[in-house]
Amino acid sequence: MTKIGLDHYLIVSALLFALGLLGVLIRRNLLVMYMSLEIMLNAANLALVAASRFNNNLDGQVFVFFIITVAAAEVAVGLALIVALYRKRQTAHVEDLTTMKL
Amino acid sequence: MHDALFYIFSAAALIFAFLVILNPFSRNAVTSAMFLVLTIGSLAGLFVLLEAYFLAAVQVLVYAGAVMVLFLFVIMLLDLKVEERRGFKGWRRKVSLVAGMFSVGVLLHFIFRSFHQSTLHRDIGAIEGATAPLGQLLFTQYLLPFEIVSVLLLVAMIGVILLSKKDLQ
Repeated sequence: MTKIGLDHYLIVSALLFALGLLGVLIRRNLLVMYMSLEIMLNAANLALVAASRFNNNLDGQVFVFFIITVAAAEVAVGLALIVALYRKRQTAHVEDLTTMKL
Repeated sequence: MHDALFYIFSAAALIFAFLVILNPFSRNAVTSAMFLVLTIGSLAGLFVLLEAYFLAAVQVLVYAGAVMVLFLFVIMLLDLKVEERRGFKGWRRKVSLVAGMFSVGVLLHFIFRSFHQSTLHRDIGAIEGATAPLGQLLFTQYLLPFEIVSVLLLVAMIGVILLSKKDLQ
């Protein structure tokens, strides 16, 4: 009998989410920040799948399916925005983008 | 066997995710993207351990396949320079250090407190995320969200085409 329970998966998911958050906070390249966002989304997916598995309920997995679909749409739009921004400003470094700063 | 695989896959996912954000050897965006592919692959392994077979396949096809190809296309299109390190100086550095330490302390306090009171059960259910039961749920109970998501994908596609036109007027 296996000893791995829901809490093990939740700890891995929390650590993964923290790593993604750290990436958004410390990296200054827009593309790498975007990848860190993907890591955070994946951490949430892992938590949902684990919860669905240990509660005998498939609804969580359907939710993960929708999250993956929305994430794909979000990546497409976000990368198009980054490309449009780069065309105008020639940079993907967040500290060079200060037009809206007061 | 199951336990060992869990530890291998989760350690791999965490190490690769760390290398995405803080690679000591390279600050190149392409390296980050490659390690992100490996992270997603390890997560797909964890999904298989959780018997979510359909989602593991979707994870590999959609994330490691489509999304990462999109990322790599954009990285190579933009021709980025190596990211510079511009740190904070003076009082800002001190304030951010204190604020960071404080929030980590508060979070650790709550995490330990919740583990003391944890009542998470450990019995393994018999559910299996194969394609057939998931599809049945998707096309009966979740039919309306499914259709809405298809419209969302269409809207995203039109938005991307509009955004990538030469002149945004």
